[in-house]
Amino acid sequence: MTREYLDRRVHQLEDEILLLGSMVEQAVLHSVETLRTQDTRGAKAIIEDDIIINEKRYAIENAILITIATQQPVGRDLRRLAAMLEVSTELERMGDYAKGIAKVTMRLVNCEIEVPYREINQMAELSVGMLHRALGAFIAENPNVASAIPAEDDLVDELYNRVYHTVVNLTIQNPEIVDKANHIMWVAHNLERMADRVTNICERTVFIATGELLDMDTSDDEDDIDE
Amino acid sequence: MSDKSNNNLYAIEARDVNLYYGDFRAVKEIGGLKIHQQKITAIIGPSGCGKSTMLRAFNRMNDFVSTFHLEGEIVFHDKNIYDQDVDPVQLRRYIGMVFQKPNPFPKSIYDNIAWGAKVNGFRGNMDDLVEETLVKAALWDEVKDELKKSALALSGGQQQRLCIARALAVRPEIILMDEPCSALDPIATLKIEDLMRELSENYTIIIVTHNMQQAARASDYTAFFTMDEDRAGLMVEFGETNQIFTNPKEKKTEDYISGRFG
Repeated sequence: MTREYLDRRVHQLEDEILLLGSMVEQAVLHSVETLRTQDTRGAKAIIEDDIIINEKRYAIENAILITIATQQPVGRDLRRLAAMLEVSTELERMGDYAKGIAKVTMRLVNCEIEVPYREINQMAELSVGMLHRALGAFIAENPNVASAIPAEDDLVDELYNRVYHTVVNLTIQNPEIVDKANHIMWVAHNLERMADRVTNICERTVFIATGELLDMDTSDDEDDIDE
Repeated sequence: MSDKSNNNLYAIEARDVNLYYGDFRAVKEIGGLKIHQQKITAIIGPSGCGKSTMLRAFNRMNDFVSTFHLEGEIVFHDKNIYDQDVDPVQLRRYIGMVFQKPNPFPKSIYDNIAWGAKVNGFRGNMDDLVEETLVKAALWDEVKDELKKSALALSGGQQQRLCIARALAVRPEIILMDEPCSALDPIATLKIEDLMRELSENYTIIIVTHNMQQAARASDYTAFFTMDEDRAGLMVEFGETNQIFTNPKEKKTEDYISGRFG
């Protein structure tokens, strides 16, 4: 076997991406938890720790660029590294969603509004579950597993719509809470977008395997506006 | 020469060096070129920039050119290797060399390795030494059943790995490689590069290459040389390979590595 050094670097990068992924998973689950428990200290920690996620993403990006510049990957090796660049960006943005949710926790503390925690929790668990399996498929370069994941986004969208209707009803009953209601919609929106970004990771997995960039997004934002 | 330096960071160092062939200054003003211990350092640059002359200065291989002389110092084990009391033959036992074209002796694979070791006074078990060095050079599995076969029957890539094994047999500390892959096909080239990575766990390697992609792939540090207006070679930049190939400090380096030279 030749190219042992390149292979070793790629494996290191895979480990780093999985590590970044698990940091993001933790942050998202924790952010939703702080919302439910009104844990402002925890929320503050998530906001502050987002910088660690960002730094990790830049470190991965830098390592990928060095690997491309020095190891001259081609074919599947090149697609793999290009896909990793994309995936690390997606993960970093998901980290921003967790930070956004934590900010909402800070603003909703002690406010009298019935937050639809059950749906929000479900959205978070579904999205994180999708992310976890999508990253597994990405590292295993398994396009079959990856292709099956985006369909699950429909469930997340459905929950988003339920949150939306709940919040609209609450606002109709009590127009004064419109600001707070808006914050809740942000939480749901962030989780919904996270699931969309999982789809992007799945697209990259297929790209590594086949070289084709397929659009797997079953529900993009523009369709939502049309509805 | 036998006392290993306490300074573990650098294996060998060029200080304020100018290299001449007669009146012609081939390499000038190498203020400080410190070669990191157990790392791979690549010297790259266009033809005529003095990179091979610089490489050969590290084990006094230039002594074979009668007009050659050096100003400055090359320090190995805390001693200038150009001092009068240094025996260049002894020196080359510590600092071996692998050449552009594989040059095995017209003898068996076994004898190619045994010969150098014998000349250097090796008294141990020769079979073990042959196996050990062929394993290190990643050639053992391919030749273990035909050690008595002529080395000249091997492929170019195998011959080059045999030459590396031969260099290892005298247990050097530094291995100089002068375009070691330029006569090899791409797969044989990649095998040598992987081998260099493995060897760098125990040896310091300095490689001269025309192929800057090879320098990028296979080295830890890169020195970029170019030719000045007076045709003397000079070092433009020296740094970690990762830095040189992603964010060089000097515009000349950027132009050369990105193919915008000349």
